[in-house]
Amino acid sequence: MTGPFKIERRLDTPKWLKVAVPIASIFLAAIIVGILLLATGHNPFTTYHQMYSASVTADGALSSTFVYATPMLFTGLCAAFAFRMRTWNIGGEGQLYMGAVGASATGLVLGDWPRPLLIIAMILGGAFAGMLWAEIPALLRAYLRTNEILTSLMLNYVAGFFMYYLIYDSDSYWRDLSTPGASVFPTGKSLVPSASWPGITIGSFTIPMGFVLGVGLAVALLGLIRSTRYGFEMRVMGDSPQAANYSGIRTKRKILSVMAISGGIAGIAGSSQIGDFGHVLDPRGLEQAQYGYTGIVVAALALYNPLAVVLVSLLIGGLTNAGFALEGPSFPTGLVGTMEGIILFTVLGGEILARYRIGLHHRAPTTVGQAPASVTATGAAS
Amino acid sequence: MNSNIIIAVVVSAIAFGTPLVLAGLGELLTERSGVLNLGVEGMMLMGAVCAFFVSQKLHWSSALVLLMAVLASMVAGAAMALIHAFLTITIRVNQIVSGLAITIFAGIIGLSTYLGEVWNIGGVAGLHQFNSVNLLGLKNLPIVGPIIFNEDAFVYGSWVLVAIVMFYLYRTRPGLYLRAVGENPAAADAMGINVTAYRYTHTIIGGMLAGLGGAYFTLALAPIWTDGLTSGDGWIAIALVIFAFWRPDLLVLGAYLFGIFSALGPTLQTRNITVLPSEFYSALPFLMTVIALAAASTSWANRRVGTPASLGIPYTREEG
Repeated sequence: MTGPFKIERRLDTPKWLKVAVPIASIFLAAIIVGILLLATGHNPFTTYHQMYSASVTADGALSSTFVYATPMLFTGLCAAFAFRMRTWNIGGEGQLYMGAVGASATGLVLGDWPRPLLIIAMILGGAFAGMLWAEIPALLRAYLRTNEILTSLMLNYVAGFFMYYLIYDSDSYWRDLSTPGASVFPTGKSLVPSASWPGITIGSFTIPMGFVLGVGLAVALLGLIRSTRYGFEMRVMGDSPQAANYSGIRTKRKILSVMAISGGIAGIAGSSQIGDFGHVLDPRGLEQAQYGYTGIVVAALALYNPLAVVLVSLLIGGLTNAGFALEGPSFPTGLVGTMEGIILFTVLGGEILARYRIGLHHRAPTTVGQAPASVTATGAAS
Repeated sequence: MNSNIIIAVVVSAIAFGTPLVLAGLGELLTERSGVLNLGVEGMMLMGAVCAFFVSQKLHWSSALVLLMAVLASMVAGAAMALIHAFLTITIRVNQIVSGLAITIFAGIIGLSTYLGEVWNIGGVAGLHQFNSVNLLGLKNLPIVGPIIFNEDAFVYGSWVLVAIVMFYLYRTRPGLYLRAVGENPAAADAMGINVTAYRYTHTIIGGMLAGLGGAYFTLALAPIWTDGLTSGDGWIAIALVIFAFWRPDLLVLGAYLFGIFSALGPTLQTRNITVLPSEFYSALPFLMTVIALAAASTSWANRRVGTPASLGIPYTREEG
């Protein structure tokens, strides 16, 4: 390995380390971003203060942090759940698009239904569409062992173009064709007012209904993973697919169902985009937001723990909110993604380091095996 | 379709395929060492933005500026690859997660977007560009003239590179060692091959080639910087390596085939031939990738696949 250091696995990680390492990692990320800001001629302290104010303390800032956190909560759960079984569903982005298509169709068709039923139908419509879209890579993975990372990712682009086709290049059911201006500036049909989801408002602060739904889902998923046979089998498959096979777990079925749940959750992110916020299918807005990809960041930072996803979605939601609020010469676009990347690097690195012990190589052989420590030391030098 | 359209499609297929050849060759070398790099898309964008920046800000002779721009793209790609190498090889972060993190960090709405804004180079026409070279004066030959003898230096360079990579992999000792590291790192280690050094080197070379592939967009294809201009080519390059069965010769064929899928829409559009909606042609390369990946994983293909056996698995002596 590298230099005189030796990295060996800890048998168990002390509790304090599990808490201290992520905090230290985020702190380190803040320092690295600070250096980047300095290098490009910005004062990091002013920038950080502005970001805090723009995402938490300013007027309405906290409410809009929740607006950004809501879709990230769903897409974060989508990635975290699938990744837990090492099924790499990178398709949250496309599943969200299809969810939005499904939910807006449901909302448009069933516009005269009573409000509670209509809202439930929209949630299910989005979930179903996301689920179907996720089953394409799932079926290929289960029956042909096709790499699901690439297929699920490719389908994001396909879903994006499909959405554009519906609104910009066809006379589809989703497109508003009623006004004369509609052919010049294509937009989607607006949903009836009763199709918009109620939020929880406390004073000037609003929590979207989608966020509450997401928290409920997070708790349910944690229970599913931790304390059911289903979750146990998932964990076995994630840790050792061979062991899962030998023990009689139906691995194909598992891939299909885990991807269905994962895709369904991303689909609900699409429902929430229609029901909570947009009330219309807006391909450009959905595509620019990139919530599906951000979900991967959220899941990785939360170390695939559904409850941690809730907290991390608020953190990244706040970051994104600050990014949009401050966008301009002093806060260029792209800075948010750069920050997310740097936080990811430090947290991922830190998480591994917490699981390993770093020490100096001892010259004396410590084990009687194929690779005594002295050989390792020579190997490091070469 | 008459032969003119076919030639036009082939010519632009080579143009659209060249970044795939470059980035794909890089990914092939990286994967042959046992490292999966999902950061290609981000590395390409970094290469593209850095190359364009250099080409806009230097005021020397065109050839020199382009040379520096090409070098800048390779340095940018290598820098990203170094992060990936450190995370995955030294501290053994999951390769899939690390690669995705690279693409999120460097890609669209990430560092490449940030640099494009800070350097203020978006939306302006480039000052320097690789032009097509009339090789051996044969560009007017029928059919092969416009296809083979009228390309830019980038394309000729990519052809040379394919030959070099093939020679390296199959005819040199380091190439043999590289394949050994990818297939069985423990055995390679026992032979005295430095697994870590091989993996680092080939991850970084992979990053340089990805950066180069990105530079093709801003220096040759259309000399302008727009955010996220590689639009998924990095991902297609990764997929290409899989269904080229990790072989450089098949990779080139695949890259040009995908070049055709990418070229079909624009070529038909400029000739006002609209059979299917434009979104269909835009989605075509991605749909075909899914189909090709599925085909490459059928049992017939599986018997011939050359997946490096240690792909994605970190190597440590102590844990065997």
